[in-house]
This record gives sequence, C-alpha cells and structure tokens, in this order.
Amino acid sequence: MTAQDTKLSRRTVLQGAGALVIGMVLPLGKALAQRAPSQAPVDPNAFIRITPDSKVRLLIKHVEMGQGPYTGLSTIIAEELDADWSQIEASSAPAAPAYSNTLMGLQGTGGSTAIAESYMQMRKAGAAARAMLVQAAAQRWKVKPEEISVSQGVISHAKKKKQARFGDLVADAAKLPIPIDPPLKDPSQFKLIGHDRSVGRLDSAAKVNGSAKFGIDSIMPDMVHVVVARPPRFGGKVASFDPSAALKVPGVVAVRQLSSGVAVYAKGTWPAMKGRKALAVTWDDSGAESRGTDQMEAEYLKASKLPGKTVKAEGDVDTALKAAGSGMIELDYVFPYLAHAPMEPLNGLLRWDGDQVEAVYGCQGQGFDQGAIAKVFGIKPEKVSIDTTFAGGSFGRRTTTDCHFAIELAEAAKAIGPNRPVKLVWTREDDITGGYYRPMMVHRLKGAVRDGRVTAWSDSIVGQSFVFGSIMENFAVKDGIDRIMVEGAGEISYDIPNFRCDVAVAKSPVPTLWWRSVGHTHTGYVVETFIDLLLEKAGKDPVAGRLELMGKTPASRRAATVLKAVADLAKWDGKKVVDGRARGVAVVESFSTCVAQIAEVSRGADGVPVVHKIWAAVDCGVAVNPDIIRAQVEGGVGFAIGHILFGEVPLDAGKPTVANFDQYRSLRINEMPEVEVLILPSANPPTGIGEPGVPPCGPAIANALAALGHERPTHLPMVKAA
Amino acid sequence: MPYTIKINGTDRTVDVDEDTPLLWVIRDDLGLTGTKFGCGIAMCGACTVHMDGQPLRSCSIPVSAVSGEIVTIEAVDGAEAKAVQSAWIAHDVPQCGYCQSGQVMSAVALLRENPKPSDHDIDLAMNGNICRCATYMRIRAAIHEAAKTLGAAA
Repeated sequence: MTAQDTKLSRRTVLQGAGALVIGMVLPLGKALAQRAPSQAPVDPNAFIRITPDSKVRLLIKHVEMGQGPYTGLSTIIAEELDADWSQIEASSAPAAPAYSNTLMGLQGTGGSTAIAESYMQMRKAGAAARAMLVQAAAQRWKVKPEEISVSQGVISHAKKKKQARFGDLVADAAKLPIPIDPPLKDPSQFKLIGHDRSVGRLDSAAKVNGSAKFGIDSIMPDMVHVVVARPPRFGGKVASFDPSAALKVPGVVAVRQLSSGVAVYAKGTWPAMKGRKALAVTWDDSGAESRGTDQMEAEYLKASKLPGKTVKAEGDVDTALKAAGSGMIELDYVFPYLAHAPMEPLNGLLRWDGDQVEAVYGCQGQGFDQGAIAKVFGIKPEKVSIDTTFAGGSFGRRTTTDCHFAIELAEAAKAIGPNRPVKLVWTREDDITGGYYRPMMVHRLKGAVRDGRVTAWSDSIVGQSFVFGSIMENFAVKDGIDRIMVEGAGEISYDIPNFRCDVAVAKSPVPTLWWRSVGHTHTGYVVETFIDLLLEKAGKDPVAGRLELMGKTPASRRAATVLKAVADLAKWDGKKVVDGRARGVAVVESFSTCVAQIAEVSRGADGVPVVHKIWAAVDCGVAVNPDIIRAQVEGGVGFAIGHILFGEVPLDAGKPTVANFDQYRSLRINEMPEVEVLILPSANPPTGIGEPGVPPCGPAIANALAALGHERPTHLPMVKAA
Repeated sequence: MPYTIKINGTDRTVDVDEDTPLLWVIRDDLGLTGTKFGCGIAMCGACTVHMDGQPLRSCSIPVSAVSGEIVTIEAVDGAEAKAVQSAWIAHDVPQCGYCQSGQVMSAVALLRENPKPSDHDIDLAMNGNICRCATYMRIRAAIHEAAKTLGAAA
C-alpha cells in the first residue's frame, strides 16, 4: 500500500440511514502496508468504523459459521480500544486483499486460524484507534495524551474533569495519522480477553428469532431459483438431455447445461426441484468411478502392504517387530468417506449485470472464489463483489480447492444471461451424494511390545489426496508427501525407538476435501487407539503408560501436561468398570492446540456404545473467549461422536448409497453426553479451537470400549447401517 | 392454484401447485426466511413451525393439507417463547444458528405442553431436531432454565 493509499484509506464516507457519516478507518499493520501497490485494495482497508453516534462497527474478515469469529475478533478489538461491548456491531468484511488471512496469504477461513492469525492484527487495529481518539481528545482539551484514560467507551481527563464519547472525537481523530505500531496492553490489564463470559456472542439474539440472514435467505427482485442435475457417479458427464418434460412443469422457466450438469431454473425452489425430477438426462460414465467402497477398501488394504513413500523412519522397525515374537501386533484400520452435511446446504445468490457481479452467500474462501467467479465471466476479480452472509455450518465444506460451487453459481447466472439473479440451492441429497468427502483412508499398523516396553511402531497409510494437482499443492506438499494425509501420524507424541510411517496415494474421481480436523480425523484415532492397545499389552495404565513415553520433545511435554490435567479433572483411577461404565483416554495435538479427553462409555441394550460423559482439557494458548472455546469443544465432541458411531458414505458401483439424514445418521440430543471442559491457563499466542475438540473423542470412546472388554473398533463407523 | 393460509395472524393467499410444501410457501412465496430448509424429508426439524400450537415439519406438509393456523419463528410469542429465547441467549446456545429457529419452535411447544420437562421429556420432544454443531448440551440447559423462569413467574 502506498502513502497515497494510506491517506485515502483513512477516511471513508459511509452512507448511513439517510445521512452521511464520517467513518474512521484503520489500516492493517506493517506487513500489508509494505505490500506492492498493485495489491492495494480499492475499498478502504478497514476493520473499524466509528461513527458520530459512537457505534463501533467492526468488519470481520472470517465467515461466521458458528465458530465465533464475529464475537472473537470483536473481543480483541474492543479490548485494545477500551470500547464498551454495547457499542460493538459486527458485520462481514467484503472480498478484498485487505482482509487476507495472514497465515494463508488469501482471504479465507479455515484450519482453525481465525483467532490465531488475527490476534495481533486486531489488537493493533484496536490500539491504533484508541491512540487516535486519545490524541484527538488531547488536542481538543489541550492536555497530554498520557494523562487521558479510556474505559468502556468513555474518554476522560480526570484533572480537567473532561469526558467524551468516541463519536464526539471521531471527526478530529480521522484527520490524524495512523500509528503503525501503537502500544498494546499488557495482558494483566485485559478486561475482556480471557475473562469468562465478559461478553456474550454478538450473533445469539438474531439466531433465536429468525432474523439472522444466511445465504439461503438472500432475496433479489426477479431472481430465479436453480437446482442442478449432476452426474450420479463421480466423474460422470452429461451425454445428452431432453428438457421438454422439465419445461412443462409449471413454474419452470429454463433449462441450461453447465459444466457440472444440467440446471433447471424456476420461479420457486419447489418447481425447480420438480423440474429436475422431470428432466431426462443421459450420463456418460466412461470416466466415472465404477467401484464400490468394498472394492476400494480391498485395494487400499493391498496397497498398504507394499512400501509407500517414507514419511519418517528411525531405528530398525523390522528387526524390532521380529524380536518381539508374540508381542507383535498387526491391525488394519479403515475409515469411510464422510460428508460434512452442514445444516445449511450449499447455496448462493448471484447477480450479473453484464459487467459486474454481486454474489451473496456464506462464502468461506473469498480469496479463492472471487477469482474463480471472475474467470467464468471473463472479468477482473475487482468486478466481483462477495457479500458474505452467516453460514449454516461448514465443517470444511464451504471452501474447496477447485471452487466448484462458486463456479457452478457463476455459470448458472451466465447461462441464463445478464440481469437475471440466480439463487442456486443444493438439496440435502445433492449435499450428501455430492462428494468432497473426508477421504476414505486405510492405515496398516504394526507394533511391538517387549519386556513391558513399546519397542516398535509402523504405520502405512493409503488414501486419496485432495492436495496433489490442486492450488494447495505448493502449500501442503513437502518432499513429495502430502503433509495433510499424514499430519499427526508422521510425528507422534510417544518416544518409540523404532519408528516408521509411510504413505501411498490412491486415485479416484470421487472429490475429497478437508473435514473438521482433516488428517487428524483418522491419524488421531489410529495413533491413540493403537498406543492404548500396545500399552495394554505392556500391562501399563493408559495415562501413566502414555506419560512414560512422553517428554522428549516440547510438543510431547505440552501433550503430557494436558493429559495430566484431564486425568485430574476426571479423577482417573485406572480401568475399573463401575456400573457397566468404563473410561478411555486420548490426547491429540491439532492446529497447534492440544486436547486430551476421557470418555465414559457403556454398551446399550442394542450393543450401540453409549457415551455418558466427556472430560476435556485444552491448551489453546491465550483463551480469548473461554465460553466459545468450551462451546467449540462441546460441539466438536458431538460432531466426533456422531460420525465415529454412525457416519459413512458407502459407494455401490460408484454411487453413494446414502442421501439424506434418514440414512446418513446424525447425532441427536438423546445421544449427546455431558461435556466438561477445562481450559489450561496460558500466556502463549492463541491457537486453533474450531477443530481440535474432534480428534481425541473417537479414540477415547474406542479405548473405553476396550476397558469394557470389547475390541477397539478398527473399521469405522462403530455402528454399521444394516 | 390459489391457497389461503392463516399465518402469523394474517390470511395470506398464494398461487402455487397443490403439492408445494408449506416450507417453500413460507420461504419463497411469503418471504419469511426464519424457517429453514434442512432435509426436505422431516428428518432434521430445521423447518419446524406451529400449526394450531403444535410443532410441525413444514417441509413435509403440502400447502393443500394445511388445516390450521400457522405460526413461524418470526411471530412466535407468549411467556414460553420469551423464556426460551432469553434462555437461549443467556446460554449462548447457537453456534452456526441455522437449526435454531426449529429448535426454539420445538422447545416452545414442549414447554407449553409440559412446563417442567425432565431430561427424558426433552429427549423425546427435541430429538427430531438435528444440530450439526451439536449444541445439544446447551439446548438442554436452556430448556431447563426457561422452565425455571416460567415456574417462578407462575
């Protein structure tokens, strides 16, 4: 950003309710300020707008999909600004380079980065605004800035008995230079950050009275509703189609071919769905997946017996395995395809006027989607505006490496021509049969126990990679290995002298994707159940035995601390079965956050595991909003249990055999355990929390089942549909 | 063809096919977007409204079969609704929030029938409402709190 741009960005004119108001706009920190001029945004680069009515309007660069960034980022700014929480209003930032995720280099939400990547940036923004308001007050009152105090939105000078609200000073403050490196508070002075329930969620009220606007709630005059008939087999294509029957359905206005399938346009969602049903499409399956998941599983298992690409190798695993004799254990693990199934299925609204594009949806990857939409229309990305609404969950589904949804939405609008806004909705069946699954994965484990010690560990991983050949390749592939496939498996918390991890990539046209906690969904389960089994063989207590193997690396020492904390929280006393209930433990670090969980489990009358309680201990650095962290862990536990117990998208001859919540069973309220969360105090920078609650839960349940005398399930889900 | 339904206290006439689910009439034709589409087969409860005070999955009843007065999240009112909505905010129940209109509608109907529900009563009344964020623990706590509020006021 150039000096000229900075000057321009200091002030913006906001069109208020019938009145023009001067907004005070703040830039990012140094990093972006030093970027090349070509990256300077057209829109002022701003997170904070303070208006003369003393409202503090914050632009949040992360999509609010339940994980809490509206409240979290606002808490951080309000803290440094010393604003009163009642002044704060949050809304979504537009798509612009100013709102890049500092860890991704592009605007987008994911990898549990919202708080971690923006913590210092938001603190500096809040502190800069505070410093400018203080400076404006000092000039007006002819006092020194350091004699001025700010508390709960009131700026005051005690001696002179002067007081002002932010709005009184904003016009003067907006004329001042923006401090690039304003002083930040010492954490001991924090009043909001880390203070439990010091603020409530900004989005709760709108979400209990129906007024919260999600993408699917967006309306434009004259919009047409669109559903798309897509190939029933992954990798299939349209061979031919006959629109005549569809066009006879009352309300259907058009049928067009897109690259993803055939779009049916109608005056309402229902006639669009009826039109699609009536549509006759012949599919070309020549390049499509034709295998069932049973066959794929057999092939993956076979591949797991061949040497893969080495992720890590230490010591002499083969000799140690051989030397262990009957102390050698081999286990195959199979993880199914999983759909994200966010409550709000994919949808979006898009208007193209022949020149510019306005898209309205719960966009999770503005930095990816903006360019993809622009490309469809052959226009510059700056001509595409994205209005990011609330998103009804995502769990990874709303940002893809290929931008398939944004492209389909854009193509749907382009195909019917300009000035015809389209509202594209995926039905639940489209969602669950639509791919972009957590990949099906296989792990082949070998371990050895000798003289009461774990002496060898070997993990051979086979599955699809969603990274190779995608825009993520440069980011996630190192030394020819997709690090996402092996995260949590190549480096484990346990010090085992002979260690090997290797990986092989399987190919399929089935599109796969990150899914809440990504690689850790399977590696966490494998590592934590297999170590538990080895410790059982070695005659060790699951907690004490783990601790004996930890401590060599800083990461394992951190995991050990969290493990001890959860054991204390649950009053862990070993493996005793009480009233038919037993406990299991697991600890997983993911997204730089460490979570340990203990599950208390029994077997129901029908044999289905019943999870009664989960204790969780969490180290996520500075806990900005403790209650949101608790909520994410509670929700992560529920999400994990639902899928570990029931989640599976099987394929039969390349077609998913489940399509809706009757077959893709979701956890329900009667199956939700009590969850008790302990957040460990920390002065370290904040780390992720949206995902890390998930990985330890499944293995803790499996280990509890073992304590009850059952085998740890290795072919998930634990409860197979009949 | 035209159908007239009484919704949120007003008679509204829409011109749609007879098989059009009430959900799409509410959302597309009447522009009341608080009621959500989640599954279309009455398995998730996101579309829950009240018909004559009873919870109803609006995705699975055709407009032609609507026989009573409909109330949606935008207009649900009374002591139970106020208690439920306040308790939901106090516990910060919502995460993504997409299912919560339906959760609130089911909880209000429960408390009108049963002002002091047990955990088991809550399970029975609420297990038709899926929350993929799994806010269930807080839903349960908020229902108990709402019941307490109502009990104290009675």
